[in-house]
Amino acid sequence: MKFSKAWIEEWVETGMTSDELSDVITMAGLEVDTVEKAAGDFDHVVIGQVVECADHPDSDHLHVTKVDVGSGELLDIVCGAPNCRKGLKVCVAMIGAVLPGDFKIKPAKLRGVPSNGMLCSYRELGVELPSEGIIELPADAPLGQDVRSYFGWDDALIEVDLTANRADCLSIIGLAREIAVLSGKKYTLPEFTRAVPSVSDIVSITLDDPKACPRYFGRIFKGLNVRAETPLWMKEKLRRCGLRSVDPIVDVTNYVMLELGQPLHSFDLNRLKGGIHVRFAAQGEKLKVLSGEELELRPTTLVIADDTGPVAMAGIYGGQDTGVSENTTDILLECAYFSPDAIKGEAREYGLATDASHRNERGIDWNIQELACERASQLLLDICGGSCSEIIRAEDQSCLPVSKSISFDMSLVHRVIGENIVTEEQVLNILNSLGIKTESLGDGRMKSESPSWRIDIAIAEDLIEEVARIYGYNRIPNAAPKAELSMLRSSMTDLSPDRLKSLLVCRNYNEVVTYSFVDQEKMAVMYPDIKPMVIPKPITADMDAMRVSLLPGLMQVVAFNNSRQQTSLKIFESGLKFIPDSTAPNGIAQIKTLAGAVSGLAHSEQWAVASRNVDFFDVKGDVEALLELTGRRDRFTFAPCQCSALHPGQSAALLYEGKQAGILGQIHPTVQKKYGVKFKTFVFEIDLSVLSTAQVPVYHEISKFPSNRRDIAIVIDNSVPVGDIIDSIRAVSSELIRSVSLFDLYSGGTLEDGKKSIAISLQLQDLNSTLDESRISETVNRVIDLLKDKFNAVLRE
Amino acid sequence: MEQLDQIVEKALSEIAAAADDAAMEEIRLNYLGKKGFFTEQMKNLGKLSPEEKPKAGAEINRTKQIVLVALNEKKQKLAADELNRKLMSEKVDVTLPGRTSESGCLHPVTRTIARITELFACLGFETVEGPEIEDTYHNFDALNIPGNHPARSEHDTFYFNPDLVLRTQTSGVQIRVMEKKQPPIRMISPGRVYRPDYDMTHSPMFHQVEGLLIDRNIHFTDLKGILHQFLLNFFEEDLEVRFRPSFFPFTEPSAEVDVKGKNGKWLEVLGCGMVHPQVLRSAGVDPEIYCGFAFGLGVERFAMLRYGVNDLRAFFENDVRFLKQFR
Repeated sequence: MKFSKAWIEEWVETGMTSDELSDVITMAGLEVDTVEKAAGDFDHVVIGQVVECADHPDSDHLHVTKVDVGSGELLDIVCGAPNCRKGLKVCVAMIGAVLPGDFKIKPAKLRGVPSNGMLCSYRELGVELPSEGIIELPADAPLGQDVRSYFGWDDALIEVDLTANRADCLSIIGLAREIAVLSGKKYTLPEFTRAVPSVSDIVSITLDDPKACPRYFGRIFKGLNVRAETPLWMKEKLRRCGLRSVDPIVDVTNYVMLELGQPLHSFDLNRLKGGIHVRFAAQGEKLKVLSGEELELRPTTLVIADDTGPVAMAGIYGGQDTGVSENTTDILLECAYFSPDAIKGEAREYGLATDASHRNERGIDWNIQELACERASQLLLDICGGSCSEIIRAEDQSCLPVSKSISFDMSLVHRVIGENIVTEEQVLNILNSLGIKTESLGDGRMKSESPSWRIDIAIAEDLIEEVARIYGYNRIPNAAPKAELSMLRSSMTDLSPDRLKSLLVCRNYNEVVTYSFVDQEKMAVMYPDIKPMVIPKPITADMDAMRVSLLPGLMQVVAFNNSRQQTSLKIFESGLKFIPDSTAPNGIAQIKTLAGAVSGLAHSEQWAVASRNVDFFDVKGDVEALLELTGRRDRFTFAPCQCSALHPGQSAALLYEGKQAGILGQIHPTVQKKYGVKFKTFVFEIDLSVLSTAQVPVYHEISKFPSNRRDIAIVIDNSVPVGDIIDSIRAVSSELIRSVSLFDLYSGGTLEDGKKSIAISLQLQDLNSTLDESRISETVNRVIDLLKDKFNAVLRE
Repeated sequence: MEQLDQIVEKALSEIAAAADDAAMEEIRLNYLGKKGFFTEQMKNLGKLSPEEKPKAGAEINRTKQIVLVALNEKKQKLAADELNRKLMSEKVDVTLPGRTSESGCLHPVTRTIARITELFACLGFETVEGPEIEDTYHNFDALNIPGNHPARSEHDTFYFNPDLVLRTQTSGVQIRVMEKKQPPIRMISPGRVYRPDYDMTHSPMFHQVEGLLIDRNIHFTDLKGILHQFLLNFFEEDLEVRFRPSFFPFTEPSAEVDVKGKNGKWLEVLGCGMVHPQVLRSAGVDPEIYCGFAFGLGVERFAMLRYGVNDLRAFFENDVRFLKQFR
């Protein structure tokens, strides 16, 4: 809502500057967005009259004029405006004037003719009005008066960003009421006389759905002159509140809407057929609206209809066929109260947003229709002449809102705001000043009546907010809450995601945050078997599906950075993935996931380390490091797996107690190409639930006796997984084997085709004695026998 | 005896001249070896009279000791010289860069969330997370946002169907927490939220942190106190803070909080209020007994202010040159 400060001042003399006023209302919850000036900065522009106007001898468009500014001496001014003519009252920039843009008016010669001043257009004075030529002032404009004071241009246009509950401030009356309280002054309604009805015509008005429209007033006007000029003061007020002058009828309805917050509509009486019905649209009904567009009406849209069908969308937009035109003489003026619930959201369904719908859907004062109708009548008759009928009233009292009576007491006020911040007297004063009639019932108990313009006030807390707001939030002291001290639960078995993340960060991973919605088509290349949740109205076509994995997002980040010359990438993300699952709440499993991707060089180029590309065992090492944090590394295993996103020969499932808990491997070349990634990329993705707890460490005694190392080198078939061999050795029941580790692996060379050689070291130690050779050999031989039997291993000498 | 002194002098000059271990060994053999000079002298002692023997023996031992000490000293010196030579040959250029094992960075949004949750954890606020695909009951209805409220339109919310949305705010977690637990409640809930806006200053996905405190005797003064303390602590500056009346369907009274920027302009940083009694009732908490406050803030805005980031989109492009700035 944009308003003119000068207009407010007609209602309340605030005694404040525009900055002070802006600050005060902002701090009361009417947040000021912008403050503009009503006109540009200029001076020495006065009202004058063109007393002579001749054509310039050397120009086909310039006029040579003599202008009277009331100084007793006529000014010679050359003017190029096409509307410059004899007798016109004009705005004259005198010699010495400085116009917006630092434009100085000096004596000049235009094609040889002297010119001592300038006749101004609105644009030249920094007034945003569409204008052709110079300003044409009314004939009664007083000669010599300063133009700024004539127009009242030393005004501020203040735009407030109103919250949804403050529909009452979408009007001058509402703002004045609020500002009166804040400035400690009274506001006064402008005086006007009621129209004397002389037209006896009647239009029947039927409220088909009184819940949606409990009150509809109509008034017939006849013999209006729609060609009459809207007075300058009204045009200026409309302009300063952001509305354009159209014709006097539209201008008056807009003016009353701004002044009192009541949207009005006028129909060309002679184009209405039969009586008026306020009803919901029937299936298939259409309406050509004022913009000329034909809309198919929804059955939830309330309409004004005559015998032929809808003539307006109630409270939203008028119809073109019954609209006021330049030939209109007779009108039906509509002044109605529509239930906000019947209007809310409807305009938006048609892509419409009108000043009327904006007010009606938030809720206007349900008791102002009579006043607004009378106000508009007086203005119409004053400007356009003609005569009017009685107000034709259709209303259903039982469906009109009622004032709410709210009882509350000071203990609640203290509980909400704080102990003894405000007194009962202050509460009574504040609420009554806002027009919320409140009386004390004794013992701190009070009763309030909500006024017709504050439909947002329904419960005691609403009243307390009003008290706090007017008292001033910043006058309310800051305090420390009093609560019982209680320690947050904490378990040593909790493994926080922060710990996992910091481990990855130490291993040179950068954390990324990608959108949870991705390109469905691209994701399908990775996960053809999972049907994702699709967003029916995505923001862009490539963000149309919820991710079923974090990997598509990571691939996009890799590609993004590849195209920015980043050749060595390690990234990770943690977040939810979304898998449709009928057994999950709302049919969707939202799974906490940790995923990473490494691509290109294993590390940036260094003088002391040979460069190499990342491979499977880089990510596997990182994943193993994560698993170590759980203290239950032994419960995790890796097994070859098939995943359409990954290279069939370089992909593994991560199993937790035999159940799949993640995957890792190389991105399939087809997927890599689809995402435009330049280098081989290896990824992992783990269900965070298996990494959310850690074993509390349990102490083991350390042997005081020396340990012995024995190495075993064997040749086996290439197809035997080394992991199986190590697991089998670990499973050998011997309390002497402390650790098993692989320290060499090769194939080729002198080895037979299809064979590989591995070297394993065993660490042997006893808790109670120094091991002798016989016990060592016994254990080692058991291991060798096992390898021979189970894996067909041949011992290398 | 004079002969002995001459020999000692000769030996000492030979030792002084010796340049390596081989020369030293030759000297040792010549003087101290089995056939060396001093061994021969001792052998010859037998030829002397019993009166002369002790004196001559002592003299031999004295001079022999001089040679022996000189030999050992020289040996040590040669060894030390040798070691020094070796060490000098192993000299490195200490200005060469170290063999780095690089490290990465946490995302600035994560860092910001961590800082916020840590500050509130100090006051006993427990971190709780909620679902991102949320039903309209928790995202709207239970928060007192009625069916025809503009925030529920498809312009402001991503819908999957009329009952299921991408959550537009973390406030729904308040409801989920209160449904499970009776007060006292102190919780903080960070997470992703979604709205269909996409331009210079809007991202269709961003992060919020929701805070909730419900207890028996909580006032607006407490809300002001905690948030004031939080803002000064988060920004580590003695900022000017103001509370401005506002409107949210789920709080009453409601406020927006502004901080004064270095340019003297007020900047809105969070929304808050006393939890609406209807919201408490919806979640199964008796508003006659309990009350409290809630607040919500945009993480990216806090991150932008704290780190001086001026482009919201940078957070989601994930350019590693951006990410690596947040060590």
